[in-house]
Amino acid sequence: MDNLAVSLAIGIGSIGPALAIGMIASKGLEAIGRNPEASSKVQTNMILGLAFAEAIAIYALVVALILKFV
Amino acid sequence: MAADLHISISAETIANVAGFEISNSMFTGSLVTILIFIFIAYFTSQKLQKKKIGIVQNIIEIFVESIFNLCNDIAGNKRARDFFPLIATFLIFILFNNWFGLIPGVGTIGITHPLEIGTTQTVHAAEEEVDHEEEIGNLYGVAEIEETADDGEEHTEFIPLLRAATADLNGTIALALISMILVQVYGVKYQGAKYFTKFFNFKDGPIFTFVGFIEIVSDLSKIISFAFRLFGNIFAGEVLLAVIAFLVPVLAPIPFLGLEIFVGFVQALVFAMLSLVFINMATESHDH
Repeated sequence: MDNLAVSLAIGIGSIGPALAIGMIASKGLEAIGRNPEASSKVQTNMILGLAFAEAIAIYALVVALILKFV
Repeated sequence: MAADLHISISAETIANVAGFEISNSMFTGSLVTILIFIFIAYFTSQKLQKKKIGIVQNIIEIFVESIFNLCNDIAGNKRARDFFPLIATFLIFILFNNWFGLIPGVGTIGITHPLEIGTTQTVHAAEEEVDHEEEIGNLYGVAEIEETADDGEEHTEFIPLLRAATADLNGTIALALISMILVQVYGVKYQGAKYFTKFFNFKDGPIFTFVGFIEIVSDLSKIISFAFRLFGNIFAGEVLLAVIAFLVPVLAPIPFLGLEIFVGFVQALVFAMLSLVFINMATESHDH
């Protein structure tokens, strides 16, 4: 039962960030495609946005790890 | 079987100096800092040259210059000179701590000492099994002494000597607190007492009073967000590497090591950049 909780925590918790990361990357690449000169600026901001979105998945992962190992 | 897989979510104590517990992540953090300082001391004692630039000097200059350009792009030249030392310190400290955790031996070299029964602080997969066995032994009231005598080896506790400082929640919370406190300090430095009207604004009506409370909560949540982002990424990387190395010991961990080197760099960059953005936001006045 504990393992079920762990897998649900990380499994459901990573749906949102997965969608978010996909959207951020697709929009970022679209922007680079339209304006290749601005690619370095777009890239930095994109990575920043990716880190924000990824952090949510990491929170789910931390919860899962705490459930598993504590 | 699972005895080899050692994963602990918190840092473990390796020494005790006058009642002050020294954890392995503290030790590693100090070690990394000392190594950085030794490198700086050695390097600056060499003759730095302006015309003939050696390869090490070249790499360091590129590194420092790109950090400065980052500050310059976000904060503008005047303020960038003010923020640059702090941001560079964050970046270098976090980067080398992240990468130090990837060196083979960190987390695997350690000390084993006999486990006192009843004080299972670190969670082993093996220990849980042993506890379970003991429970069963207690139920039947027999064979407990035999069991403990048989697997005497499993009653030792393994404590790794080294653990990346950023893979410990205490370390990342400390860094997050430094960052967010300095945001307030820089805000006061650039705006004076006017900075606090961001939080406590009773003049412009109830909406701005409420917005002030939201700002307080948002600054507090930034601490948690900073700390858990860094800790989660680095600790998850360590767990990933440990599990992969446990499942397929040969060759399989190499791509994941590459991934973790990238993640360590990105997380250091994100921490430094977010600190820079928040500090820059705090120094800008809201009413234009």
